[in-house]
Order: sequence, then structure tokens, then C-alpha cells
Amino acid sequence: MIAVAAEGLCRRYGRRWALTDVSFEVPEGALVMVTGRNGSGKSTLLRVLATAIRADLGTARILGHDLRADRDEVREKTALLGHRTHLYEPLTALENLALVARFLGREGRRSALLERLAEVGLSDRADDPVQTFSAGMRQRLALARVLQQEARVMLLDEPYGHLDAPGFLLVDEVLRRLRAGGATVLMATHLLQRGRALCDRSLVLDGGRLVFAGATAEMPAPAGADGAGFAEGA
Amino acid sequence: MTALLVAVRKDFLLQWRGRAQIIAIFAFGAATLLLFSFAIGPDSVALRQHAAGFLWLGLLLASTLSLAESFEREMEEQALEGLLLLPASARALYYGKAIANCAQLAAIGAALVPVMVVLYDAGTIRLLSLLGVIVLGTAGLSAPGTLYAAMTAQTRARQTLLPLLLFPLVVPVLLAAVKATSLLILGDPMGQLRPWVSLLVAFAVVQWALGGLLFGRVVED
Repeated sequence: MIAVAAEGLCRRYGRRWALTDVSFEVPEGALVMVTGRNGSGKSTLLRVLATAIRADLGTARILGHDLRADRDEVREKTALLGHRTHLYEPLTALENLALVARFLGREGRRSALLERLAEVGLSDRADDPVQTFSAGMRQRLALARVLQQEARVMLLDEPYGHLDAPGFLLVDEVLRRLRAGGATVLMATHLLQRGRALCDRSLVLDGGRLVFAGATAEMPAPAGADGAGFAEGA
Repeated sequence: MTALLVAVRKDFLLQWRGRAQIIAIFAFGAATLLLFSFAIGPDSVALRQHAAGFLWLGLLLASTLSLAESFEREMEEQALEGLLLLPASARALYYGKAIANCAQLAAIGAALVPVMVVLYDAGTIRLLSLLGVIVLGTAGLSAPGTLYAAMTAQTRARQTLLPLLLFPLVVPVLLAAVKATSLLILGDPMGQLRPWVSLLVAFAVVQWALGGLLFGRVVED
């Protein structure tokens, strides 16, 4: 089954087109790297697919649900880890996760939430307000928040951002677990070596246009240090 | 209904965590009442006559700080967007926020009453009725105020835009609340209180219904 099918997605901010005629398909259960230079449209693409912002033209279907017509169904099936963490700073880590659980109609028992926090290495800071957390800890909690949704399509924008070396390994492990569980993952990243090792498919954006969609093994190498390359490092 | 309860609980918890800010807003309202009393001078009759108007002006000015603050936490890490994407009902999120804002403003209004009594010598024995007018008036302020605060929270000039949008709209609330409060303080020999209270109720009902309908459009892209 096709998990994500985009058809001619276009999105503009003012006069600048951030996405232009982006079309692709992602099969269910795939782990997809979305890459490209800064400002190439990666985050915009993920935010459009998550229905955080609307496409100006074109549409997409997530597990058969249209972004425009079935917005609530799409939201039930997707989870977005964005550049902003979606966390309430004055609330504790546990309270943030409990809030998500309650809005999803779940019980949100403390023991279950502590287990979730333990997954991202934050169980010892469960009762501390998020505003006392470092950027890396916030990223870990944001990841726990997204995992809490147990969505079938995960849209992860720079999941390695702000993380230390153990944090990188944690994200690797989470991605492997999601894949084993049958979730479809679209991950925007500049970390090409990591992406190549983990992802079976890739999408490459350049100036808002999709310039490559296919198996990661066939993905072209970035153009290098002349400003045209899209990788910031490995 | 469950989503509404979760939203209300979330907003009360956020208010409790930011209680220092509520105290600061109350202090701002009290300072406003003090400055208005200086503007009138030591004329005790004039002070008493204008007490209701100054109470509501103080509360209206304080409300712009309170309402704008209520969306700071929602916007700084796009927490509101995170809830909408769960998906949480935009209507439940609006009513949760509006109820919490109304409760906060009513508490500030009630706390300003003793300040008014001391500064303007404007007491009343109909305290429960006065509290009822304060609750109705703050309901009329918080419903459109929450909507406009959400709208302006995404703009750079939000501190200016919110009062510019809100003040003209809440003129009927200000008028009715001032008249009703004035009648409670100065006496109501002609029985004029009921029509003003009815106006407050009608305005609040219309604004709360409109807010629930429009909030989704305001906060969604």
C-alpha cells in the first residue's frame, strides 16, 4: 500500500515558492531520507504533509486520506517532529506527555509515561519543567512526544538536531524500531552518511523542486563545497 | 467534552505556573486605579461617581496584558499547533483558553474591588451582585479577547494590535458593565440594573458562540 502519495505540491511564502510541483510516492513501511540544501523546502514539505500548513496547489494522500478533504484523519495518522518542539515550557516533561495522552483519549498513567521518558533517557527529569532543559533534552522530549502519538506516518524534521553522540544513537535506534513496527518514516536531514545507512529511499529537493526520488543507493552524490552541495557533514 | 476538560485543565495549570505574572497584572490594574484617582483629585463625590468607570477601565487595560500573555506559552514552541495536529478540537482549545482567561480576569476584577473601595470610597453592600457583574463583564471581554489574542499572537505588533482590535468591539460590554457597577455602588432607585445585566449576558452569549466558530479559522494556516 502507498503510505504517502504527493501530486504537484506547491507552497509559497509571499512571492517565493518554497515547493514547486513536488510529486512522489512512498510505500508503507519505508524509511525515507528527505535531503537538500538549506531552504530547499524539506521542512515545508513535511509541514504540508502533516497539515500544519496548506499546499497552495496540488495535494497529497496519506494512507489514502486526502490532505484537504480528510484533514482530521490525516492528523490521526501522522506525527510531526518539527524545528519547534510543540512543548509547553512551564509544564514538566511528564505533564507534557500526559497532556498529549489525554487529548488522544488515553489514560496517561504515570508509569506508562515514565517508560516513554526512559526510552529517550529523561526518566530522571520527569518532574522538572521543560524551561530548565537544555536544547538536546528538549529534542529528546519532543521525540518522546511524537512517539507518544503512535502514528503510522512519522514526519521527522532534523531529528538529530541539538543531540549529543548518545542522542544520535538513540534516534538511530528509534528509527529502526519504527521501521520494525511497520511505521512509515520521512526524515529530513543533512546527515547523508547516517541517512544512507538507515534509509532505503531518498527524496532530494533543490530550490523547492524534487530533483531525485528513488532508492538511496542510487542517490547522486552532493556537488561538493562550491555551494551547490546539500550536505553539511556526515 | 473530555477535550474541553483537558484543555481547561491545561490552561489553569499554565496560569498557576505563571502566577507571578497574574500578580503583576493585578498590580498594574491597581496602579491604574491609583493614577485615575490622582486625575480626579481630592473631590470625594466625583471619585465615588467615577469609581465604576475607572474600575472597568483598569480591568480593560489589565486584560490586554493578561490576554496577550495567555498566548505567549502557546506560540513560543508552537505548542498550540502541536495540539491541533494531534488532532485536538480547535473549539475545545478555544473554550478552554477563554474559560481560563475569564476566570483570571474575574479574579483580578474581584481583587481590584477593595482597591476601588479604599481609593474612591465606593463600596456596596450588594457584593454578590457586584461579583456577578464582574463575571459577566469579564466573560464579555475574554471571549473576543481570546480570539483576537490568538490572531495577533502571530504578528510582530501584537502588543499594539490587540487593544486596537479589542477596544472598539467591547464598547457595549464596557458601557453595560460600568452602568451596572455604578448602579450597585450609587444605588438603583429606578430599577435599571436588569437591562444592563441583560445586555452583558446577550453580548457574552453572542461572543462566546462566535469565538468557538471562528477560532479554528484564526489558528489554522
